[in-house]
Amino acid sequence: MTAIRTKGGLSVRLRPRALIVGAVLAAVALVAAVVLIGTGDFTISAADVIRTLFGSGNPSQEFIVGDLRLPRALVGLLVGGALGMSGALFQSVSRNPLGSPDVLGLGQGATAGALIMIVLFKGNATEVALGALVGGLVTGAAIYLLAWRRGVHGYRLVLVGIGIAAIVTAVNGYLLTKADLVEAARAVVWMTGSLNGRDWTQVWPLLALCAVLMPLALVYARPLRMLEMGDDMGHALGIHAQRVRLIQLTVAVLLTAAATAAAGPVPFVALTAPQLARRLTRAAGPSPVTAALMGAALLVVADWASQRLFGADQLPVGALTGVLGGVYLLWLLVSERKAGRI
Amino acid sequence: MLVDSPQEQRDAPAPAPPARHAMRALGLLLGAVLLLALAVASIAVGAKQLSLDQVWHGLFSSTGNYNDVVVDQRLWRTLLGLLAGAALGLSGAVLQALTRNPLADPGLLGINAGASAAVVTAMTFFGVTSLSGYVWFAFAGAAVVGAVVYLLGGTRSATPVRLALAGTAVSAALYGYVQSVMIMDNAALGKLRFWTVGSLVSADRSTFTQVLPFIAVGTVLALLLARPLNALAMGDDTARALGAHLNRTRTLSMVSATLLCGAATAACGPIAFVGLMVPHVIRSFTGPDMRWILPYATVLSPVLLVGSDIIGRLVARPGELQVGIVTAVIGGPVFIFLVRRRRMAQL
Repeated sequence: MTAIRTKGGLSVRLRPRALIVGAVLAAVALVAAVVLIGTGDFTISAADVIRTLFGSGNPSQEFIVGDLRLPRALVGLLVGGALGMSGALFQSVSRNPLGSPDVLGLGQGATAGALIMIVLFKGNATEVALGALVGGLVTGAAIYLLAWRRGVHGYRLVLVGIGIAAIVTAVNGYLLTKADLVEAARAVVWMTGSLNGRDWTQVWPLLALCAVLMPLALVYARPLRMLEMGDDMGHALGIHAQRVRLIQLTVAVLLTAAATAAAGPVPFVALTAPQLARRLTRAAGPSPVTAALMGAALLVVADWASQRLFGADQLPVGALTGVLGGVYLLWLLVSERKAGRI
Repeated sequence: MLVDSPQEQRDAPAPAPPARHAMRALGLLLGAVLLLALAVASIAVGAKQLSLDQVWHGLFSSTGNYNDVVVDQRLWRTLLGLLAGAALGLSGAVLQALTRNPLADPGLLGINAGASAAVVTAMTFFGVTSLSGYVWFAFAGAAVVGAVVYLLGGTRSATPVRLALAGTAVSAALYGYVQSVMIMDNAALGKLRFWTVGSLVSADRSTFTQVLPFIAVGTVLALLLARPLNALAMGDDTARALGAHLNRTRTLSMVSATLLCGAATAACGPIAFVGLMVPHVIRSFTGPDMRWILPYATVLSPVLLVGSDIIGRLVARPGELQVGIVTAVIGGPVFIFLVRRRRMAQL
């Protein structure tokens, strides 16, 4: 471990292993994105993809890459990154490797917002995304307020989240029975999480939100990690525990809601990415940056795999992450139980 | 990453004075009267309101006119509600005692989800369309997931959080599977989206008669387990010292809960929170003695389920809210209330 100190007293700790893992994950995510852009009915070689991205492809390649596939890949990278980071934040605050947005019901809350737009108002894609954003925020606020009791953290946050998730899931089921079959089919595809048909209108708002939220999360990452030692220790180190938690939870909720608005509630990325990253870096707790890179890599690879396995757009990426996530989860439950961490 | 769990105190059930026995027996009787009144109301209330005379006519001197047909349909719906309610409440009470966990509920532990995933598999991949066919899948799914969650949650040191998390996580995975099936198969979607919310809409005579034997066996088994479960509540060592067969009690409890919850889920779809709420309410006035909790659960859980079904028919007329949605909307807040209490209800 090396530390860089400036004269002003700022210090940055560098862990070589974490840096290497981060760089490798970033490389995997980018390579997967290039492969993803090249995949489809009209195959483009990796060299051509890169040439086109730098602005010297032929017109047909520019259309396919620039208009059709690049936005999808970018949405995949951003959604994966946002989910990974928010999962890391949630797991830090709840101090539980299972305290992710999936389990806490945020994905379901965003789904409820989207379903209301699809089923009751027959909304277009933008309105559905907006509904998801609002639904996620309302759910997040409800969990925070209901879990509040001289502070929010630990088991109460997780259990309140589970209760909220159960209510919202029931409401979603009801909305689904209210819809006619065509809308229900559209809603179910949305509810599974899909990158199909994403274009630049999804990229820009997501990019803007990530550009604001991710740096904010990083600023408060260190105090949050210190709180993992306990509130008393944090207090002794001069950290305002509840303020740090509130900020990080808000950032995490916004990241999840933004990701869900763009791609639907892609399951298990937020749950798995931080833990997989933690195991690679051998760090003590989940780290926001490596978790984000891992999430981006996971989602783009999964999107590519779902296209190769089932043919383009047969099965949305969320179905694949759902199944893989389930397997991972069983393993996590067993191994964490042995370690006594759950 | 440690999870702090609330302190729970477990006291041995104190022997009640005879006067209190009489009060409790009277309470049980009052509960039964309430249940009967609700059952009649459940036949009378709905999109088509019926008078008591009309209900009476339909039940005992049916001539097959329109009102009589309505009575017949609602009769089976009500009877199935009684049966499923008792099954869910009893399985919740048994699971809470077995896991020594006040938050145990067939829905929260993922047992419902296991039964659902198995039923969905039976419907789509094996072409099983009849209840008598897929009820076996429901049992298998409930049993496997119940055992997995129980083992994952930690048999000996199961904190409420650990079990709830294990159940939720497994449910989430199974839910993803059910959803993938619904995407790939539009016909399945048409059918399953109604089944997966939990409702009594499709209840009829054959549904009732098919699940009746399973729930009857599960109920008798649960009631017989009252005493061993009381011993179990005192902790493994004490229970063993008192001569309880720990493994036999645990196994029979799982069998009973699986039969009850699997049959109810196969007939009505997954319904959560009934098994969570009712035992808590009962415990608040009977104390932790399973010999009272279980009979009360048999009577009061159907009160909740049939009551929720009536509410669902009243608030969304002329359509209806499925009963699984009503119980979730009522039960979720109760769950959160329990979680917020400093010391969770004593077992």
